[in-house]
Amino acid sequence: MDGLRPTSESELADAIRGATGPLSVRGGDTRGMAPAGTPLVTAGLSGIRLYEPGALTLVAGAGTPLAEIEAALAAEGQRLSFEPMDHRALLGTTGVPTIGGVAAANVSGPRRIQAGAARDVMLGLRFVDGTGRIVANGGRVMKNVTGYDLVRLLAGSRGTLGVLSEVALKTLPVPETECTLLAEGLAPGGAVDAMSRALGTPFEVSGAAHLPDGRTALRLEGRAASVRYRAEALRGRLGGTWAEAADSAALWREVRDVTAFAGGHAAIWRCAIRPSRAAALLAAIGTDHRALLDWGGGLVWLSVPSGGAEAVRGAAARLGGQASLVRRGPVPAEVPALPPESPAVTALSEGLRRKFDPRGLFSAPLRENA
Amino acid sequence: MQMPAPDVRIMGLKARLVSRLSEVLPPDAVIADPAETRAYECDALTAYRCPPLIAILPASTEEVAAALRICHEEGVPVVPRGSGTSLAGGALPTADCVILGVARLTEVLEISTEDRLIRVQTGRTNLSVTGAVEDLGFFYAPDPSSQLACAIAGNIGMNSGGAHCLKYGVTTNNLLGVTMVLMDGRVVELGGQMEAGGLDLLGVVCGSEGQLGIVTEATLRILPKPEGARPVLMGFDSSEVAGACVADIIRAGILPVAIEFMDRPCIEATEAFSGAGYPICEALLIVEVEGSEEEIADQLGLIEEIARRHDPVELRRAKDAEEAGRIWLGRKSAFGAMGQIGDYLCLDGTIPVGELPRVLRRIGELSEQFGLRVGNVFHAGDGNMHPLIIFDANREGDLEKAEAFGAEILRLCVEVGGCLTGEHGVGVEKRDLMGVQYGPDDMDAQMDVKDVFDPAWLLNPAKVFPLEASAGRRG
Ligand SMILES: Cc1cc2nc3c(=O)[nH]c(=O)nc-3n(C[C@H](O)[C@H](O)[C@H](O)COP(=O)(O)OP(=O)(O)OC[C@H]3O[C@@H](n4cnc5c(N)ncnc54)[C@H](O)[C@@H]3O)c2cc1C
Repeated sequence: MDGLRPTSESELADAIRGATGPLSVRGGDTRGMAPAGTPLVTAGLSGIRLYEPGALTLVAGAGTPLAEIEAALAAEGQRLSFEPMDHRALLGTTGVPTIGGVAAANVSGPRRIQAGAARDVMLGLRFVDGTGRIVANGGRVMKNVTGYDLVRLLAGSRGTLGVLSEVALKTLPVPETECTLLAEGLAPGGAVDAMSRALGTPFEVSGAAHLPDGRTALRLEGRAASVRYRAEALRGRLGGTWAEAADSAALWREVRDVTAFAGGHAAIWRCAIRPSRAAALLAAIGTDHRALLDWGGGLVWLSVPSGGAEAVRGAAARLGGQASLVRRGPVPAEVPALPPESPAVTALSEGLRRKFDPRGLFSAPLRENA
Repeated sequence: MQMPAPDVRIMGLKARLVSRLSEVLPPDAVIADPAETRAYECDALTAYRCPPLIAILPASTEEVAAALRICHEEGVPVVPRGSGTSLAGGALPTADCVILGVARLTEVLEISTEDRLIRVQTGRTNLSVTGAVEDLGFFYAPDPSSQLACAIAGNIGMNSGGAHCLKYGVTTNNLLGVTMVLMDGRVVELGGQMEAGGLDLLGVVCGSEGQLGIVTEATLRILPKPEGARPVLMGFDSSEVAGACVADIIRAGILPVAIEFMDRPCIEATEAFSGAGYPICEALLIVEVEGSEEEIADQLGLIEEIARRHDPVELRRAKDAEEAGRIWLGRKSAFGAMGQIGDYLCLDGTIPVGELPRVLRRIGELSEQFGLRVGNVFHAGDGNMHPLIIFDANREGDLEKAEAFGAEILRLCVEVGGCLTGEHGVGVEKRDLMGVQYGPDDMDAQMDVKDVFDPAWLLNPAKVFPLEASAGRRG
């Protein structure tokens, strides 16, 4: 790939300062969603700069492959608690997911309901904004309220405010064991109800999903004796039949990566909504869809062969939720990928983009996968 | 500490402001009598006081919006106030400001156990949020020691933490959405779901110390109450050993809800004050775990096994709720105990946990150098320190000396890779130290955010950023 390949933060700043037109910032480009423009590849900003397992802290260059970080953590019996999704299967992309890409998109998997999102474990970051200004915010300690929290502002900003050069993260130990309870054949409403009741117990359910094939899954993690105890207690509270999944880890990778919707040409939507309204959302969209519910129903993945932009966006809005387009499929190009915001919020967001990227280097329209 | 000189133009507007504000607020919600505005002259950083020009107490989002519109039109600075328990001077008025207190916004708007959330007006106190959901088996996790008094408004303003944040996170990790009024009176809804569609504005509002808008309503995540909780107390010969023990516990894959640390001066003071039965030693840890009886026994067994490898001088597991209460009693009365010795300045820097021994040694040296006593209470799991510097407010120059000592400690925190404040906020207290942690570009980027939310810099303008750094923007 041609384009800019900075190997240090100062080269990154020079590249941005010298840019004369839109830049297309590429982490791993696994989402195929980089905007049009001169490619700016972060792969050269790579490497783990600090890892202190006893302090649960890791600092890495933004271009560091996620796999490299996960391997280093695994060697110390730790992991990224937010379980970042790997988009490659769903979107049919290749590339190497980077930690900067994960952070910039706030990519959070099933454990978000218990351990928080990517944004919740980000301790600090460094970035270069559209004026070429190098900015540090946060740090590498778990508690830090010094000044404004730009860490969370940048997390999920999808590169529109600046290019991340370094990220500091809180890590967590891998528990001794995990176990998943499965119920078959619940309708979405019944599944959400069961998941809500499970998440309302003190048994620390770390995953609650309803798959398109009708299975409802609840995950428990921890010390072996504790997991056994909680599995029994949970069964007692829920009633019905809950079998134990043969391969818990594989099942949650499937949920995390939404592999059920891989391939094909349907539009893929990601809706954030109150769990208690998830079933109503599905009913409002009609029959032409398949759904995967994660986060106890708070995250609804939809595969809609006809696109369904109006139906999905309309229903989500009526129910106080929001729908993002992850794979465009037949949805017309003029439908924006990100959900609409109120005029007041749009004004604030636009104001921030003008401050951090006055030349509009980072705000070329996203090019989603076809 | 310096504040900008009050604006004489604004001081001259008082009568007109009172009359305009009285048109949009009930009569008893506009306080202008100097005998009454005095009640708002400071927060818990009592060393600094200044009565506001006017204090207002709106009772709805609409009233907040109407009042702000007037202040905006008149170009009057507004200082938001929750319960005034800030230890950083975040709610400290200026003589030319309107204090906007949310004390009348106390309603619970909605509780949903199915969605695991509660919606409240932000004047509601932290503890009474838990109070509203307790009978349903839930609680609101962030628990500052001031939770009986402090309001959700201030918790959001400061992104407050608490003793249990090692497991449950701080305010920002438990805040799902807010209704906020911008300085020009526009009302915005931020967040609401488990993730933001566009920019995470909620994330930057939390912890912005009342400088971006007035938060009137909040949606908070509630969690099911654990089956039980139990602490174990351990004493060690040195803070190095205690620090190593903490690291080993964390490495072993156990995640306690709290790991609290006290050093010798603090142990001695609390023991004398509360008679909690603590061993007099160099370092004391309280480690608390949660779960069923069996789970608690299992985790505490593992923790004690690790502790024994570090030759503790004391290892005492709470057998029941009463013993647990006694173990926590000393920790909870630590501030009060230090207060018996004299006036104190409570610091709040965070350090990487591995730096604990070095930092405590250096604090000891500084204590001798400044001739002021200091005790350390410390959230050891996350590195958030609370050195309490003892001084005599009635002795000429003692406060200044304590502040200089405090500044040295905070510089040290930053030097070893930590930060100036872990949960209390910058306010006026650490404002002039911001340059120790952040360079000019780092601060400019933050102030750019304020420019967008509050272009005229009317909301709590003289806080957080050094005055010379914000001068050009404050106009
Ligand atoms: C004894 C004691 C113990 C404490 N323990 C802890 C602790 O364990 N953990 C901890 O984190 N803190 C602690 N604190 C500090 C303090 O209690 C917290 O900062 C608390 O969140 C402040 O809440 P408040 O309602 O009193 O806010 P205030 O002091 O009134 O205001 C705090 C800040 O929030 C802003 N603000 C207030 N209302 C609004 C609003 N509606 N919209 C926008 N901004 C607003 C203010 O302008 C100010 O900058 C302690 C304080 C004391 C006195």
